[in-house]
Amino acid sequence: MTSRSQIKLLSAVLISVGVGLTLYKFFFLHFPLMPGSVRTVWSVEAKITFDAEGGAIEANLALPGDQHSFEILDETFASSGYDFSIESNNNQRRAIWKSETQDGEQNLYYNLQITNNEHAAIPADITAPSRPTTAAAWLPAEREAALGIIETAKARSGPDRPIIQELLAMIGAETPSEDVHLLLSSADSPSKAALAIHLLAELGIYAHLIRGVKLENRAHNNPPIELVEIYESGNWITYDPRTGEKGLPESFFIWQRGGPSLLDLTGGSKSKIRFSSLSNVIPAKNVALKLAREETVALVDFNIYSLPVEKQTVFKSLLLVPIGALVVVMFRILVGVRTSGTFMPVLIALAFIQTTLLTGIGILLVLVASGLWVRSYFSKMDLHMVSRIGAVLIIVVVLMAGFSVLSHKLGWDEALNMTFFPMVILAWTIERMSITWEEEGPREVAIQGGGSLLVAVCAYFAMTNKLVEHLTFNFPELLLGVLGLILLLGQYTGFRLLELHRFRHMDT
Amino acid sequence: MWWARRKRLRENGIVGINERNIALISRYNERANFPLVDNKLLTKRAAQAGNIAVPELLGVIDTPYQLRRLPELLRPLREFVVKPTRGSGGKGILVLNRHDDGQFAKPGGQLLTIEDIRHYISNILSGVYSLGGRPDAAFLEALVASDPILHQYAFQGLPDIRVIIFLGYPIMAMMRCPTRLSDGKANLHQGAVGVGIDISTGTALRAVQNNNVVINHPDTGVNFSNLIIPDWTNLLHLAASCHELTGLGYLGCDIVVDRDHGPLILELNARPGLSIQTASGMGLRSRVNTIQQLANCDWPIEKRVEYAMENFSARPDAN
Repeated sequence: MTSRSQIKLLSAVLISVGVGLTLYKFFFLHFPLMPGSVRTVWSVEAKITFDAEGGAIEANLALPGDQHSFEILDETFASSGYDFSIESNNNQRRAIWKSETQDGEQNLYYNLQITNNEHAAIPADITAPSRPTTAAAWLPAEREAALGIIETAKARSGPDRPIIQELLAMIGAETPSEDVHLLLSSADSPSKAALAIHLLAELGIYAHLIRGVKLENRAHNNPPIELVEIYESGNWITYDPRTGEKGLPESFFIWQRGGPSLLDLTGGSKSKIRFSSLSNVIPAKNVALKLAREETVALVDFNIYSLPVEKQTVFKSLLLVPIGALVVVMFRILVGVRTSGTFMPVLIALAFIQTTLLTGIGILLVLVASGLWVRSYFSKMDLHMVSRIGAVLIIVVVLMAGFSVLSHKLGWDEALNMTFFPMVILAWTIERMSITWEEEGPREVAIQGGGSLLVAVCAYFAMTNKLVEHLTFNFPELLLGVLGLILLLGQYTGFRLLELHRFRHMDT
Repeated sequence: MWWARRKRLRENGIVGINERNIALISRYNERANFPLVDNKLLTKRAAQAGNIAVPELLGVIDTPYQLRRLPELLRPLREFVVKPTRGSGGKGILVLNRHDDGQFAKPGGQLLTIEDIRHYISNILSGVYSLGGRPDAAFLEALVASDPILHQYAFQGLPDIRVIIFLGYPIMAMMRCPTRLSDGKANLHQGAVGVGIDISTGTALRAVQNNNVVINHPDTGVNFSNLIIPDWTNLLHLAASCHELTGLGYLGCDIVVDRDHGPLILELNARPGLSIQTASGMGLRSRVNTIQQLANCDWPIEKRVEYAMENFSARPDAN
């Protein structure tokens, strides 16, 4: 294989790996491609309140499981004086608080952070019921009432109005019938949902409870909402027994699906569970990071994010250097701009980022001009080059110190960042410019100096671009793509833009 | 408009810098062979060993300590040139002429004392003129007395002839004539006149100053169309022999014609520039392609020069 095609292949591999990893992070880990994209994160709090009776206490709360429309980012438990543990069986996780002796009113908290899953997969349905819902232990009068309701529902139902809906409508009615009223006050069916499930069991239809929370910003102390999920012709379908409506209500977070009780308490009384919810808008990246960490994705685990925060900021600017290098390569190979010192413009651009552009250009011009002036005096002296450059270096440092003090006194603090200018490089640049001046005249100095400044300013704009900054920091693998691009440019044999001007007289 | 020009320049066979760097220099010039041409002193010694004519070497100063014997070294010399061994693009060359009062005059008339020269050489040693500021050495060389015919075409300095040698074949040539504008230097981008030379005859194709065609030398007024380079065939032989000397496939030979000694190699360049195309009014590519097809022939110098003189005459469609 020729070196040319090797480089082409290598570049193609680098670029596709870079872009591929980026797309992977975008599509599967949900890292945002654009800066400033945000996601809503809900903070849901369950508060268990009860009166302790002085003895041993065990509280057992069902916890939300995996669900398709929300992702759990984080969960925290707060309860002083309790031992805490989580048990899980049959896909149902339960939080258990235990304490030997407690007295008086008790509060236990469970908090979780969830976010809407925009990239929801098809819901993984729980399996079909293996056994029918247990029939209710009704008193004879209640059984009578129940049968009466079912009869009425059967009578009212028709081909376009199935019996399930009819039944739910009767239970959910604002002024329920005598029978419904009787059953709702029965000990065995404390809620409309529970009643619906019992009645459906009489019809031989499988159903179970769904308990959940309606997500509202700043909603406080709401009781759990109960829905009914009915197994109909191979599918689980949700109904709201209060309204008889089909489907999950909007922004409804399912806490418990089927299963036994929501809260079991021993050693306490007057227990109740209340939910509060609060919405927060958080950068999408943080959400993606949190999710990826939960799943310990290697790509993220071995990444800049795993560094301490202050080191991350160092890397943030370091990762921009390749972008600066790309700008320099493009200007030199595609345009043909002459610069003094190949990658000096990148270092200057990095300094500009610290000082802001206009201040930076001002300081740079003053430094170089004064350096050239001092250097022109030295050039008449009989000095070794090393001591001459050393002398210019010291002059540059002294000037920087002087400007810093002066600008601080003037309250012009962004100029204080001038220490980011690469002093040694500046001293060298001054030396070379001075020689160019002597040998080829001020015009050449202006061309090279102007070229360097132009490239530095362009690199500055490329490096401070919000999108570029976002992409390089969050998708550092894109730098492989930049590497591939630079390698490809290394093979470019076409004319430089300025050569089109240079050879304009050959254009016949 | 840019795109159309790009296309036409390509069709005219103009080689750009990117193409030169990759398709010619990287491909045909091995890195290991660069030091010989980048160091003028090494070039000169290798040339002397290979019986290739060069201006006489008068002395070498490669440590600051040796500057002490500078007066002694200069004593027998009247006219001489001080050069850094690694100067690029004609940088750091000092032409001196001894006056009777013990001072030395530059071509412009400016007088230097021996102390000034010492300082100048000390600068060369510390690497002011070398790429990247590497410490350097200086050498003294006999001043070439220009051939009277060519002398008419130069203001102050010395006209030299750049021949591009590709795989041992001279493929393009130009004479570079110093002007007042170029301050006596033979650098085209500083305003020297570039005269394209017909490989087959040694006559002028056209003359260009700062990209504009000129008819007469702007300072001496001599018409370029009458120019015939003396000793042309020998000059091409000399240039072509540098291929074997350096092992470089794409090479620029800078040659001066001395009144007494004929053509002499002044320096060699492993990265010759592209202005020769403007001076000659034609692109390099077609000639490069022609030679690439002969690459396996392995002809001796005489045959290569003969081939070039037969085939590389002025373009039939030259205007």
